[in-house]
Amino acid sequence: MAMEMRLPVARKPLSERLGRDTKKHLVVPGDTITTDTGFMRGHGTYMGEEKLIASVAGSVERVNKLICVKALKTRYIGEVGDIVVGRITEVQQKRWKVETNSRLDSVLLLSSMNLPGGELRRRSAEDELAMRGFLQEGDLISAEVQAVFSDGAVSLHTRSLKYGKLGQGVLVQVSPSLVKRQKTHFHDLPCGASVILGNNGFIWIYPTPEHKEEEAGGFIANLEVISRLRNCIISLVTQRMMLYDTSILYCYEASLPHQIKDILKPEIMEEIVMETRQRLLEQEG
Amino acid sequence: MFVNLGWQGMGQGWTQGSQLKGARGRHMQDRERKTGGFVLEVTQLPLAEALKVEGEADPQRTVECELEGVGLAHVSVLFQIRGSRARALPDRALVNCQYSSATFSTGERKRRPHGDRKSCEMGLQLRQTFEAAILTQLHPRSQIDIYVQVLQADGGTYAACVNAATLAVLDAGIPMRDFVCACSAGFVDGTALADLSHVEEAAGGPQLALALLPASGQIALLEMDARLHEDHLERVLEAAAQAARDVHTLLDRVVRQHVRE
Repeated sequence: MAMEMRLPVARKPLSERLGRDTKKHLVVPGDTITTDTGFMRGHGTYMGEEKLIASVAGSVERVNKLICVKALKTRYIGEVGDIVVGRITEVQQKRWKVETNSRLDSVLLLSSMNLPGGELRRRSAEDELAMRGFLQEGDLISAEVQAVFSDGAVSLHTRSLKYGKLGQGVLVQVSPSLVKRQKTHFHDLPCGASVILGNNGFIWIYPTPEHKEEEAGGFIANLEVISRLRNCIISLVTQRMMLYDTSILYCYEASLPHQIKDILKPEIMEEIVMETRQRLLEQEG
Repeated sequence: MFVNLGWQGMGQGWTQGSQLKGARGRHMQDRERKTGGFVLEVTQLPLAEALKVEGEADPQRTVECELEGVGLAHVSVLFQIRGSRARALPDRALVNCQYSSATFSTGERKRRPHGDRKSCEMGLQLRQTFEAAILTQLHPRSQIDIYVQVLQADGGTYAACVNAATLAVLDAGIPMRDFVCACSAGFVDGTALADLSHVEEAAGGPQLALALLPASGQIALLEMDARLHEDHLERVLEAAAQAARDVHTLLDRVVRQHVRE
């Protein structure tokens, strides 16, 4: 069997960041942001001796009188209305604990879940006992953030037909800061697969259900498409590009001439992402 | 000083120099507790840095202390935040530090059991240092675990652990008051020396370990072994502080470069 061995090579940093904003104010913990006391302090800052000091490493964002520092890489911080993809870790008395790559486990209350049959009724003791029948430990769900508790824990709900347990597909875990906020996070790509871009960094790729037929067949038939998409997403993430439907699609198209397993090689990755970047820039202006 | 900073790699790019290299990320699954973690490898190698400290008693004798590429300690840091009910404090985060030393870290290969005294003590010291630096009020009911493993020990292991853990905590996006920079210092033959190597430590003179928050000049932890006359304390402290500030400059530069990318 032929094996391929690769040696690590010094990578030249892509300093030609086309279109990247170089005017950002970058800070590290301990840096003074401003000594003007007129500003309100937001996340990532703290007040020390009449100075506003940064507490994380990142870029300073200013909205009128509010200053906050957006950290480069954090766990997911929930905001109401975000779509997330999570994995059930525990089944508790009246709720499920969901892992969403945030600081504390998220909570999915039994009352926030749609009952089969769509009835609106009070959840009874039998429903509690039947909880495990709906969602078990290890299941993947897509949900929306309903509320955020004071300590940062997030409460989810699946009160819509588009949310719920996920079937066959591939999960890709990326950093939450790379997922672009858009109007919709459920995309059907023309290549035959659909993708859910969770705000928490969990991306779910699955075959587009065509008229709800052929579930098992759909996955196997689309295996190549799904694998290619997954590798494309990973290459975009390595090059720190924002993830949204257009960028994923362009990356997919740019990768078609290569073999699926070659996409993960650093040089090919760079090539594909450069092409994607150029296409995106052309499209913008 | 020369720091390689790696983070959970989504790709396999390797770089040299004080740039970032994608390191393999390991996602741990534990049965009792759900954890998610990153393995962050930080290797710290001192460059040939000459720290000249003049002995006041004898002006002709200038002592040059050169640190040549032998290495303070290589530290690999893994940390995670999780919500745990077991030992959770309701209003702030618990910081848990564990120190371990690889068998190949010292001159002779020695197997160290995990719960031994030195590890526990180091862990406790690291915990005190980081509880002072991390803003724990922002993470109630959570635990922040910092696991440090020494890959090569050649004196100054505490300092290297603290510096590496600072970078790791920073990379995780956990809010901190400031960098924590640490350095060891000692007193040999009337001169204050900074950043002792293993040989110098083994010589048996007084040693000082200092962890500093550079921006405010506050001391997070100050620890000393053996006896030192208080007249000399000032100088030794100053040497350690200066070295810590140099470390800070380096870490600062590396982190800014990282953030820029």
